[in-house]
Amino acid sequence: MDLLTTARSPWGESIFTHISWSLFWASLVGGLLFLLAHGGYMLFSQHRKRPSEEVDQLERERTGLPAHITRHGFVARAFHWVMAVSMLVLLFTAFLPIVGVRFAWVQWHWMAGLLLTASVLFHIFHATFVLDFWSIWVGPKDIPEIKAEVMREMGREDYPGPRPGKYPLGNRLYHLAVMVAGLTVIGTGIMMMWRVRTGLVERNPYIFSDITWGLTYVGHGLMGVGFVGLVIAHIYFALRPEKLWITKAMIFGTITRREYLENHDPDRWKNVA
Amino acid sequence: MPPIRDVMPAFELFQPTSVTDALGVLSRHGADAWPMAGGNDTFDWLKDRIKKPRVVVDLSMVNELQGVKDAGGGLEIGSTTTLTTIANHPMVKERFPMLAQAALLVASPQIRNVSTLGGNVSQDARCWYYRAGWPCYRAGGNICYADTPQAINREHALFDADRCVAVSPSDTAPALVALDAQFVIRNGDAERVVSAEEFFVGPGIDITKLTSLQPGDLLTAIRIPNTFANKANYFEKVRDRMVWDFALVNIAASFDMSGTSINDARMVVNGVSATPYRLNSVEAFLRGKARDKATADTAAGMAVEGAVPLAHNAYKIPLMKALVKRAIRGDAAWTS
Ligand SMILES: Cc1cc2nc3c(=O)[nH]c(=O)nc-3n(C[C@H](O)[C@H](O)[C@H](O)COP(=O)(O)OP(=O)(O)OC[C@H]3O[C@@H](n4cnc5c(N)ncnc54)[C@H](O)[C@@H]3O)c2cc1C
Ligand code: HEM
Ligand code: SF4
Repeated sequence: MDLLTTARSPWGESIFTHISWSLFWASLVGGLLFLLAHGGYMLFSQHRKRPSEEVDQLERERTGLPAHITRHGFVARAFHWVMAVSMLVLLFTAFLPIVGVRFAWVQWHWMAGLLLTASVLFHIFHATFVLDFWSIWVGPKDIPEIKAEVMREMGREDYPGPRPGKYPLGNRLYHLAVMVAGLTVIGTGIMMMWRVRTGLVERNPYIFSDITWGLTYVGHGLMGVGFVGLVIAHIYFALRPEKLWITKAMIFGTITRREYLENHDPDRWKNVA
Repeated sequence: MPPIRDVMPAFELFQPTSVTDALGVLSRHGADAWPMAGGNDTFDWLKDRIKKPRVVVDLSMVNELQGVKDAGGGLEIGSTTTLTTIANHPMVKERFPMLAQAALLVASPQIRNVSTLGGNVSQDARCWYYRAGWPCYRAGGNICYADTPQAINREHALFDADRCVAVSPSDTAPALVALDAQFVIRNGDAERVVSAEEFFVGPGIDITKLTSLQPGDLLTAIRIPNTFANKANYFEKVRDRMVWDFALVNIAASFDMSGTSINDARMVVNGVSATPYRLNSVEAFLRGKARDKATADTAAGMAVEGAVPLAHNAYKIPLMKALVKRAIRGDAAWTS
């Protein structure tokens, strides 16, 4: 089975044209299997928050914390939901026709694509100049935390080591994957705007060579199907009972003081209000 | 290496003699099977070695699929009935002369003698980039070679283009849409009946096919209700030469008249979009109007609203307007 489809260009070169849609099914099934596996695992593992005595102790020590702590400001939440809507529209418009629901999808798709692009550009600006830019990154300095989190995940609740700052490790790794896939679909998607009629740019299928175009479609397709699994995992985690407090914070903006102390390292996420 | 022409690739040939057997072979081989009726479109693809089906199912020996009969308030035409039969059939000529006329204007006598109605409505796009085997959208690629300023796109679409700008080449298709025909399609044990409008699909919905036929499908018959039987109707085709040529633009129209005013009308233009292009706004406008010059002039303007010409096909706009006017006036000799 070919994972990428090829064709012979009018000039006799072998060029890529698309990814094979079996990769879409692979990503869908992969996402669902992960969900089952993780769901099963969680049935048998304990949820890791700080033990309640420790939280009581912290509450006594850290006086002056407000009852509700802002986790996501209005602008960040608005970005998240605009992005979520555009992402779902992109996924449904791209893949419903592949599963057999046929409709004129391209126009809806590129319009949602432009919305995603605009929201991501805004997000980059906002995160760089307003938010704590580095709080979402994962880097070598996080290795002790990665180690501690893995050990705790394996059941070693008492394993010493840092707890997450503002964003739990899973969130940060997820952000990294979404960033790579997102910037790829956006970059390639913008190029593909020259292949379709949009009324925004003058159609010109010859601005790049056939080989470049082939790679563009393949990159767009690969990262696009990657998003199927990523979005399934994301929605699954957002709906898991022990993570609902994060989801609620993405809707209402705040978490309670206790949730803050239970789940975060107050020394790594300071300046709360 | 230049493409090999005229030598067909090997395939397994089945020649069923009943619909049941044909359906059996088609469902057994699914997407690998190619139903073939008269072969006029099929052999182009095979001899150019551009399409290489593993299995060809020749329908010419299935007698059940042939013939015209009076059935349930209309005519039922078997899918492999030849265009010559349709053009000459007394019942077709009497009730739906525009269909007989459309069939008569296809290609040449020799081609009509073997071409079937099912094959004529299911034939593929004639865009030469695609026919030359270039890997365009319709061939499963990611580019349209025809929709560029440099392209030769004189025959291409004015309406509803979505990446692909090819047009429906069939002469009988607009007549069947104008007559509100129903297409009977069988697949395995299942049967579905779709309207002519649902049968034809545009590139937005499926960029690789002009019809809604799926692997395993067999078009068995086309039913034409008597709604527009013996009513005023009109067919005209404009082509570069008067025989053996596809339409640049053609028009099919049926009118249900009440005295001198139009009760109801269906007007369909082909050669301007990937599906027969129904003039919905014109039809609504025509209700209650007389078939005269004033009505025709207004309708012609409405008909071409939304047309997006390519580099070389803007001539189709005045051509289409003229055909709409002539159809409404019902006077082929009239132009202005
Ligand atoms: C030189 C030339 C000039 C032409 N000029 C015209 C013209 O002026 N006007 C015009 O309309 N056409 C024209 N044609 C096209 C020609 O009329 C059609 O190709 C012909 O009608 C197809 O009929 P067929 O029975 O030969 O189809 P085939 O080649 O047998 O089949 C055509 C397609 O339909 C499918 N098919 C056929 N029957 C069935 C069925 N029962 N169920 C499911 N699928 C089916 C086949 O799989 C194939 O994809 C021309 C063709 C040539 C070669
Ligand atoms: C998660 C986000 C996205 C997913 C899952 C996705 C998925 C897809 C898929 C599967 C295709 C078909 C590709 C092919 O035919 O090989 C496609 C086409 C397309 N995408 Fe996206 N895409 C996304 C984001 C974007 C963005 C951000 C844009 C624009 C800014 C965009 C613009 C386009 C265009 C214009 C096409 C049509 C190209 C054509 O048919 O020639 N997409 N997309
Ligand atoms: S018009 Fe359609 S068939 Fe012709 S080159 Fe473009 S995509 Fe291909």
